[in-house]
Amino acid sequence: MKITTLATALTLWPFFASADVTISDGWARASILASRPAAAYLTLTSNQSDQLVAITTLIAGNVTIHAVETGGDDVSRMVKIDALDLPSGEPVTLAPGSMHLMLMGLSEKLEEGTDLPLILTFASGARMEISVPVLGPGAMGPKE
Amino acid sequence: MSIEPGETPPEARLLRSILWGAVFVAIAGVAIFSALEMYLGNGSKTVRYSGEADIRSELSLTDHTGQEVTQADYSDRWQLVFFGFTNCPDICPTTLAYMSSVLDLLGDDADQVAPIFITVDPARDTVPVMAEYVSVFHPRLIGLTGTEAQVAEATRNFRAWYKRTEDDSAPDGYFMAHAGHIYLMRPGGEFEAVYQEGGQPPEALAQEIRKKL
Repeated sequence: MKITTLATALTLWPFFASADVTISDGWARASILASRPAAAYLTLTSNQSDQLVAITTLIAGNVTIHAVETGGDDVSRMVKIDALDLPSGEPVTLAPGSMHLMLMGLSEKLEEGTDLPLILTFASGARMEISVPVLGPGAMGPKE
Repeated sequence: MSIEPGETPPEARLLRSILWGAVFVAIAGVAIFSALEMYLGNGSKTVRYSGEADIRSELSLTDHTGQEVTQADYSDRWQLVFFGFTNCPDICPTTLAYMSSVLDLLGDDADQVAPIFITVDPARDTVPVMAEYVSVFHPRLIGLTGTEAQVAEATRNFRAWYKRTEDDSAPDGYFMAHAGHIYLMRPGGEFEAVYQEGGQPPEALAQEIRKKL
């Protein structure tokens, strides 16, 4: 079963009433050691041009958006993205092997079967609280 | 001073010394260059893909159970080798999960393949860390670590490139940039092929490996 629109639970609109971001296919990978960074993935679709500027969660010291850049030498490097562009109506996908949210300074391991709460903040001022399922350490996506 | 017939004039002697000196410098230069080239792995930082490449499964490391191992310990099997590090949030777990799927798909044929994960970050990836890490992905997965020199030597023999990259957003302030290849090595340790997660579905890779076994 494909998980769609996991959560659009609490959406606050301090500035723009028309902005709307849909989150789908959100999940995190169970971490093996609490001392190692974990990754979370999701697809964002905004009905107006916006940017994802911050992600926070109670259980991680900080969350950064990473892109994976593979150079001509086939070497993969992670590149930090300060503001993730969300073109109007275009889904932006974070998935294994490419863009991901990196969670660092975890207070506990991400355990399979639990939910990871995330707070997303957008350049438009919109703020969303979502919760994504934690899948197995070998999971490749929210499929069963 | 007069110059007798048959005696070399001083200018000629000087010229001869200069020429011999030049020959010596040239020979020494070639020797030093060759030695350096050998040491640095032919100066190549990129992985070669085909032919009888000089990529060899040669290593002297410590496995995740604390045993010192060399390539001889795996010479009775094919080897599926991936270099990475446990502080890598995305590519490494993704690739190891992919390798685990391939092993599962190989079923009993997986007995003929040693799946090996070699860390390029031995300072943090100690034996206990590797033990906990590899066990989560697959019961057959072998984690290898060692001294910085041992890891550098293994990566050199595989022509695998890695580099420490300082990054404020990284755990402990650094990442290890690395090539994300999965090497398939023959039982004798010779190079067979390289693959990448995302290059083909695990079913396709399992089928390709099964055909070679």
